[in-house]
Amino acid sequence: MKPGHPPGHPLEDLLRTDRIPSIWCPGCGIGTAFSSCLTAIKESKIDPKKVVMVSGIGCSGRAAGYVKLDSFHTTHGRAIPFATGLKLARPDLTVIVFSGDGDLFAIGGNHFIHAARRNIDITVVCVNNFNYGMTGGQAAATTPSMAKTPTTPYGNPETPFNLPLMAYASGAVYVARWTILHSRDLTESINESLTKTGFSFIEVLSPCPVNYGRRNKEKPLDTLKIYKDRTIIKNKAHPTQVDLDYEKGIILGKFVDVDRPTFGESYAKICRQDKPE
Amino acid sequence: MKPAINTGEYFITGDVACAEGALAAGCRFFGGYPITPATEIAEHLSVRLPKVGGTFIQMEDEIAAMAAVLGASWGGVKSMTATSGPGFSLMMENIGLGICTETPCVVVNVQRVGPSTGLPTQGAQGDMMQARWGSHGHYEIIALAPFSPQELFYQTIHAFNLSETYRLPVLIMTDEMVGHMSEKVIIPDAKKIKTVSRCKPKGRKNRFKLYEPGPNLVAPMPAAGEGYNIHVTGLTHDTRGYPDMTVETHKQMMDRLIGKIRGNLNDIIQTESYRLDDAEIAIVSYGISARTSSAAVDEARKRGIKAGLLRLITVWPFPEDKIRELANRVKGFVTVEINLGQIHLEVQRCIGGKVPAFLVGDAGGAVIPPDRVLEVLKEAF
Ligand SMILES: Cc1ncc(C[n+]2csc(CCOP(=O)(O)OP(=O)(O)O)c2C)c(N)n1
Ligand code: SF4
Ligand SMILES: [Mg+2]
Repeated sequence: MKPGHPPGHPLEDLLRTDRIPSIWCPGCGIGTAFSSCLTAIKESKIDPKKVVMVSGIGCSGRAAGYVKLDSFHTTHGRAIPFATGLKLARPDLTVIVFSGDGDLFAIGGNHFIHAARRNIDITVVCVNNFNYGMTGGQAAATTPSMAKTPTTPYGNPETPFNLPLMAYASGAVYVARWTILHSRDLTESINESLTKTGFSFIEVLSPCPVNYGRRNKEKPLDTLKIYKDRTIIKNKAHPTQVDLDYEKGIILGKFVDVDRPTFGESYAKICRQDKPE
Repeated sequence: MKPAINTGEYFITGDVACAEGALAAGCRFFGGYPITPATEIAEHLSVRLPKVGGTFIQMEDEIAAMAAVLGASWGGVKSMTATSGPGFSLMMENIGLGICTETPCVVVNVQRVGPSTGLPTQGAQGDMMQARWGSHGHYEIIALAPFSPQELFYQTIHAFNLSETYRLPVLIMTDEMVGHMSEKVIIPDAKKIKTVSRCKPKGRKNRFKLYEPGPNLVAPMPAAGEGYNIHVTGLTHDTRGYPDMTVETHKQMMDRLIGKIRGNLNDIIQTESYRLDDAEIAIVSYGISARTSSAAVDEARKRGIKAGLLRLITVWPFPEDKIRELANRVKGFVTVEINLGQIHLEVQRCIGGKVPAFLVGDAGGAVIPPDRVLEVLKEAF
């Protein structure tokens, strides 16, 4: 470093610094979740040349554009099947899908459950900000009941998904939930799942002050206060018990960590092997 | 491992010939979803791919299949999917991603009767315009329309070669009749099969720009995991591959995406002329309908009508120059296709009113008999 120059970003080697500033609004949680992800990549000690990030479309989906790795910004909802093709073609790569709740669970929900069922060896990090940030805050499949969004002006009449439960029921081998305030735990979880074989899912609760917070009387600091005061860390909690309930308290932790053969392993064993004639 | 190229003489369907052609071309990834009349391609590859070191996966739908094919291609593996009308509709958005990100791959459409579920087990040629314009935005595409199982074998290899050369999804627009008919297919010796693989970047990795084109306007393509730190996006991007939301960059990107095809038409377009040298009437046809048409030409000639056939092997980009050249020397055109006038519109456009043009078309479900063409030849001219 030359004297007089400000110190570089600690994650500089994993950032496309020539694309900074990012599009993310002040107070947005995506950047924090993204930093945890980069820190985890670094701490995992996996050769960054062999780590790939795939995103869909949305504010969270822009992550692929800022990471200095081979990175793919695909179509809305299709990051997981794209990653599936990439991983099956190149089992030597560590594949991370980093995307939003709308992308992964509304338009892309079908792909999520099937990739989990097949146990495709990828890590899916979902930034859950309870809405479609990018398009102006409309309701998502994760929007709490009665929440106000531009498409639920009278309050959301629908029931949101419990994402860890869906991941568990679909067959994910690793399931965790953190908030952006729990960045140490989040980083650790991502790190763990990067080295774990199989379909890992990490939900990150994250504020979207601009589009969600504003309409639901949550200032950026209020959201962080909720993350601090109304969360309970309960590792190994059963996924059926972790639906997001602000009254009872939001349960965080690592809920699932099991092992079963991946698609790639089973395919090699069952389909590649020449059967004796 | 088993050999990927099963040299020999076979009596097989077009679908199986297509699958064998893919293997011969070096395809090692297939992502698909079952649909009549393309299912046999998937089924055959589910048997063959794992034994030649490849991967077959039945995805949850055609959207996923197309996405997986693009992902596999960026992994550096030649990849393909096969479908029919409804699945082709579902693939459209990701075909657009393939065009924008310049991802080589092959998409086979064994056409059946639409719209909608239509006549699922019967053939048609009704997706020709969808092949041209089905994904949103303006773009160039390559689409081939083979007319026999043997040609389906060769054109599948060629489709891979074109996709690797020009870096885009190449469409094989065959039809149920060709897909399901069984005929003699010769698979030649491996040494006689010419395959092309994408040009790889050379030089310093830190200076590398993902979309800096070579002389034919196509940029070399690295695979994931090679240390180039590539960023691939369906957003408008500059030569580094970085999103750039300006009109100027968009125009530059479009000029190249379109230019790399329009600037290489002579290399891309293949047609076959049958008794066309002295013809007074030019029939234009492709796929199964070209068989109808060549029979009609022979019948017409017996009756003293000087007809000839221009068979389109490449349908997109459309062989405009060829039609224009013919328009200067024939008395008229007849387009034969199993739809109600799609390629016919292109023929008319290129003729520009110089000579009359007629359509022998059908809503789909059956091969058009040569007699119908003969009638038009007799009455119209
Ligand atoms: C096929 C398609 N439909 C709709 C859109 C518009 N769109 C862009 S982003 C988005 C929602 C993104 O929500 P989420 O994944 O939660 O990301 P966030 O912006 O909240 O991080 C939508 C609907 C699109 N790009 N493509
Ligand atoms: S709109 Fe919301 S999610 Fe998107 S960048 Fe702004 S704060 Fe973040
Ligand atoms: Mg969201």
